[in-house]
Amino acid sequence: MKKPGGSRGAGKILLIACSVFASGLVLGSEQPAVRLEPTNSVGPRLLEKQTETAVVRDYLQAWQSFSGALEQNRANLLDADFVGVARDKLASTIQEQAKLGIQTRYRDTAHDLQLVFYSPEGLSIQLIDTVEYDVQILDREKVRTTQHVRARYVAVLTPTEVRWKVRVFQAEPEY
Amino acid sequence: MKSRFPQFLAALFFAALFFAAMPQLALAQTHHLRLPRTVEAGKAFAVETAGSGKGVLYIVGPGQVLRRDVQLGETTFFVDGDLHNAGHYLALLVGDSSMDTGAFDVVAANQPAALSFLAKPSRLPVDLHDGISGVAYVFDTFQNLILAPTQVSFQLSGIAGPGQTRYVSTHNGVAWAKMDSAAKEGASQFVARAGDVVDKRVIQEVPGDPCSLRISAKPAGQRLELETEPVRDCSGNTVPDGTIVTFTETYKGGQATVDVPLKRGVARTDMPAYKGATISVATGVVMGNEIRWGKE
Repeated sequence: MKKPGGSRGAGKILLIACSVFASGLVLGSEQPAVRLEPTNSVGPRLLEKQTETAVVRDYLQAWQSFSGALEQNRANLLDADFVGVARDKLASTIQEQAKLGIQTRYRDTAHDLQLVFYSPEGLSIQLIDTVEYDVQILDREKVRTTQHVRARYVAVLTPTEVRWKVRVFQAEPEY
Repeated sequence: MKSRFPQFLAALFFAALFFAAMPQLALAQTHHLRLPRTVEAGKAFAVETAGSGKGVLYIVGPGQVLRRDVQLGETTFFVDGDLHNAGHYLALLVGDSSMDTGAFDVVAANQPAALSFLAKPSRLPVDLHDGISGVAYVFDTFQNLILAPTQVSFQLSGIAGPGQTRYVSTHNGVAWAKMDSAAKEGASQFVARAGDVVDKRVIQEVPGDPCSLRISAKPAGQRLELETEPVRDCSGNTVPDGTIVTFTETYKGGQATVDVPLKRGVARTDMPAYKGATISVATGVVMGNEIRWGKE
């Protein structure tokens, strides 16, 4: 014989469980947390607030492009945000992935950004990003693993007609 | 009769959670993979595996992706050039009944092989303090930014006068310097050097603004022939042809103006020879001498 309210209790558990599950789903599509270190000096050129905002916006957008391109194995998705060596290397990775039947899903969850160098002629800006992201590796559409990664990226962005594009995108060891 | 549907859904949810956590549990329990902590870009390295049977080893990063069929318990060798893009890599070893993961970094080689050298401006006036800037990003042979401090020299040498050299260590792969433009006009070579790698730019140093201006006048009938002395900047370089010189004649409250471009460093024109007229000359922010012609 069931206790009165037993069904209500299970309903509550279900509600909490669904909430947790739903929040998990939402987390997957949430914007990453972004923290920008105060910029005291970036070298020989004064960094205007407007430039700083644009660089951070375009860099974060580049992560979205990178993520989409490596998940779908479509190098053309890089074109809006990457240029030069960074674009070539990522495109080459996409080519390798496609050849091997591999996809990778990168989901950035947090960025701790520091703008470190703005060149005197204004043609390049460098930032350091201590980034946290989840990587899911799929082989022939089968998920092999999901790993949480914390890494330190060095990026160099250069201005184009309408936006800053990533020219160097490279992780370095965190010592 | 009460529905058992909510209990069923809850059970289903927790079962899903359990199965989702399975790979992580497996990861925590297996140690089949031994990786180097860091690998120099393009250098050979080895990955040791434990266990038995066949497996697949994945090396995955934004810079490169590799997949190898491996025999568990044996060492897998990667030869020079297999992994050449610097970055953070995940290694995943999947066996028949086990899975293991690890991570390592590929770092740029310390030997510079390429420079990305930005020099600005390509043309500027002589004798300008910190007027020229040079920025050099240093890359290895695989186009990885060398993040370890690397010595870069910037050298500016012109056709006259001593050259300038600055030695700068890179910080996060980049070095920069500012140089003064030379006192004499002409083409200067701006050279950035890191190790054996050299990149050159040509900087055209042109005369600066005129430093002084002087005119003379001689009568020619009813007119005056006016001519400047050769117009030079403060370092004695002849100001470029085409620079505008303005002659102004003031007579009885009226004023006439003629703009003349320099030709071979000199500006010439003629103006009416009114007795008592005052003729002045100017170019840029420099005023020249004044001539008062005759008496009324």
